[in-house]
Amino acid sequence: MSRIGTITRRAFLVGSVAIAGGVAFGTYLYRKPAANPLLDDLAEGEAALTPWVLIDAEKITLITPHSDLGQGAVSMQAMLLAEELDLEFGQFETSPGVPSPAYYNTAMATELAPFNAHDTSVQARAVRGGLGVLGKFIGLQGTGGSSSVPDSFEKLRTAGAVARETLKRAASERSGINTTALRTEAGKVILPDGTAFTYQELAADTAGLAPVRKVRLREPSEWRLIGKEVQRLDILAKSTGTQAYGIDLEVEGMVHAAVKVNPRQGGALNGYDASAALEMRGVSRVVEVTGGAAVIADNTWRAFHAAEAIDFDWGPAPYPAEMEGHWAEVAASFTEERLDKEWRHDGDVDAAVSEGQAVESEYRAPYVAHAPLEPLNALALFEAGRLDLWAAHQMPRFLQQIAARVAGIDIGQVHFHQQYAGGSFGHRLEFENVRQAVEIAIQMPGTPVKLTYSREEDFAHDFPRQIGMARGVGTVKDGRVESYDLQVATVSSSASQTARMGQPVFGPDGQIAAGAWNQPFAVPNFRVRAYRVPELAPTSSWRSVGASTQGFFASAFLDELIHAAGADPLAERLRLCTHDVSRKVLEAVGEISDWGSSLGEGRGRGLAFVDSFGVPVAEVVEVTETEDGIRIDKVFVAADVGTIVDPVNFDNHVKGAVVWGLGHAMNCEITYSDGMVEQANYFDHEGMRMHQCPEIFVKGLETAPKVRGIGEPPVPPAAPALAAAIFDATGTRLREMPFNRFVDFV
Amino acid sequence: MKLTVNGQVHEVDVEEDMPLLWILRDELKIKSVKFGCGVAACGACTVHVDGEAVRSCQTFASDVGTAEITTIEGLGSPDALHPVQAAWIDHQVAQCGYCQSGQILQAAAFLSETPTPSDAEIDEAMSGNLCRCGTYPRIREAVKTAADKLQEV
Repeated sequence: MSRIGTITRRAFLVGSVAIAGGVAFGTYLYRKPAANPLLDDLAEGEAALTPWVLIDAEKITLITPHSDLGQGAVSMQAMLLAEELDLEFGQFETSPGVPSPAYYNTAMATELAPFNAHDTSVQARAVRGGLGVLGKFIGLQGTGGSSSVPDSFEKLRTAGAVARETLKRAASERSGINTTALRTEAGKVILPDGTAFTYQELAADTAGLAPVRKVRLREPSEWRLIGKEVQRLDILAKSTGTQAYGIDLEVEGMVHAAVKVNPRQGGALNGYDASAALEMRGVSRVVEVTGGAAVIADNTWRAFHAAEAIDFDWGPAPYPAEMEGHWAEVAASFTEERLDKEWRHDGDVDAAVSEGQAVESEYRAPYVAHAPLEPLNALALFEAGRLDLWAAHQMPRFLQQIAARVAGIDIGQVHFHQQYAGGSFGHRLEFENVRQAVEIAIQMPGTPVKLTYSREEDFAHDFPRQIGMARGVGTVKDGRVESYDLQVATVSSSASQTARMGQPVFGPDGQIAAGAWNQPFAVPNFRVRAYRVPELAPTSSWRSVGASTQGFFASAFLDELIHAAGADPLAERLRLCTHDVSRKVLEAVGEISDWGSSLGEGRGRGLAFVDSFGVPVAEVVEVTETEDGIRIDKVFVAADVGTIVDPVNFDNHVKGAVVWGLGHAMNCEITYSDGMVEQANYFDHEGMRMHQCPEIFVKGLETAPKVRGIGEPPVPPAAPALAAAIFDATGTRLREMPFNRFVDFV
Repeated sequence: MKLTVNGQVHEVDVEEDMPLLWILRDELKIKSVKFGCGVAACGACTVHVDGEAVRSCQTFASDVGTAEITTIEGLGSPDALHPVQAAWIDHQVAQCGYCQSGQILQAAAFLSETPTPSDAEIDEAMSGNLCRCGTYPRIREAVKTAADKLQEV
């Protein structure tokens, strides 16, 4: 089933290479490259030039270990490899490969450092270096935190260059011509007389060659693919119904499973009566899983149907049954005992506030679901002590660990087959579907079981975004913002999530202050304090994580202070801005939105700026107050990611992130009653539909020194920019999401 | 019962209340028809029944009769694209792509009824199809391009 498995059985060893990831590791031990997983079990005829490039006599396979959740990770990784390897799109296949420490993420762990992303001080670099070592040590292979591009940018170009230079060496040995006289183009090494060897022809020759370690990466002016408008590799399949997702897998002898688990998340299963379900057509059996039961049937719908017919006796939720209890706990968290960290204190906020007329505001952000359109699913086969798992997942090695633990087998016996995902937004960082599929499979050895969640089960067990509140106190003086004191209290989605991974994290949770403390504004008296609310309902990373709520709080409060000062929202931010790249982003959004021009009666515009994941993003939203409610007309976005790898995907992504940020701020919340999520399906929580979608104008800048990812950073400014626009148009300040509780939208 | 899908007649043995979605996916193994919500709230399962776009999750076996069912495979293939698919490729609409078969079928049925749509008509016709990735701006453009292409045919 695994193509890599098939390949490696008839492959042939060339030798592993150091992959220069551009990371300076602290000790010699960690300089050693991780073993190349493609070299395991190699047979004759193939070359695994690096962990990312596999060539045999017939074809070239590029390994793309970052999972594709819809963000185009496969295409992006292939583009970086193909750029240096001199391959055209269409000349290679891709494979997600097997989970391996070799694919550890060089950018994910380093972002946990408690420093501003733009801080290049010795201390910040040292801590990031240490976290990089940790990431390598634990083999942190993961997709998330907008880290796929920053992780891959140097590493995969280097891997492509290593493969290219090694192929040239093979051609040199074959022809007797020095490598310096050889060139590569479109999958061939070309000799001075025009004779060409395809990479496939040279694959066997690379046996015994030490891969070339010293390579020169091409200058941006030489790039053929990076920064150019290319067609994403999956566009044809995704426009013709031929793209397979995990939910679409079919294998011989497969049965379908549906689970029903205590909707009071984490609550106990006291008992159940499945006698009615077992009578239903197509149902073969019912097996217990943690917190509930699974129906095994010959068709997904029959399994769903029968699961509804089971009579369960469930225990209570391990968190407050009603929302009042959740909000009360959040509101009670602004205390010294629950202070997670004071992230910033410039000047003297207390003195400033005692002098001036204080502006005070309180903000709220609800739980929100991920709800990717492809419901969670997993296919599992347990046979003779070996477990095969097919699913789309962002953390494949943790998945293997968890599956091994559930099955009671060695991790080496867990074979994971990565799939394309129908969206994730953070949900595929979680493991419940995998745990359950394994629990079922080990009770049915030899039978492949495909578990599919109903949409209702998916909503009931979504692990939503953190709930939170913020309190702002500030002053203005002489038309300027003089002091800004923000206290943020949220549950720690990071702690909730990593606990389920079996990887507890220690110390303050940077996400509770992300998007707030690290903003590049020199308000003379500036304090941000983060408070950790004890775990309530279990929560998880939701596209843009802490900044999705904290960016709203921080930006909305700054907007109120600027208004109180009587200043212009753009001019005052520019005056306060301390970061050159951020200033350019603000100027750019002002330019493309024609900031300051007259909009006319009943219309308004709002500006927000949030730096998250090291990417400064500014957005301007324009609205009109109509008889049918607020209509969002236009959104202007400027962002700087250093280098735009794929401009079409960049544009699509920014627009999608704006839709995501706006749609959830307007229309979505997850609430609990009797311990259960009240929203059952998309009609309760739909995000944005086309009729609400504004025109979106995107300006991508490339002035920042470090390349960054764009999947998440445009999300946080959307909500505060919309709130500011609504205030501008109507005079109503929205301080709590979802906004449709207070205003109507067209 | 008999079912005509993309011009082919299939014999299936299913309950009268089994949704067409699950007949197509699990009985006939046509996986391009996607399950998203099961309650006609997302449009991922959209197919054509006698040329009309319907939500197959809320169309039941007993409703189908002798109607012609068309899935995206019946609309066009990678080697022979329907103009709507070609427009979807030109604009590189898809991100995760999970909703796009439904979007394309919805757009194709809409354009056959409304060959020169206004922006408001496009929004109205397409608002039943949810895209969690937020590709709406590109869907709009692709529908307009497809309308132009279909006019040329």
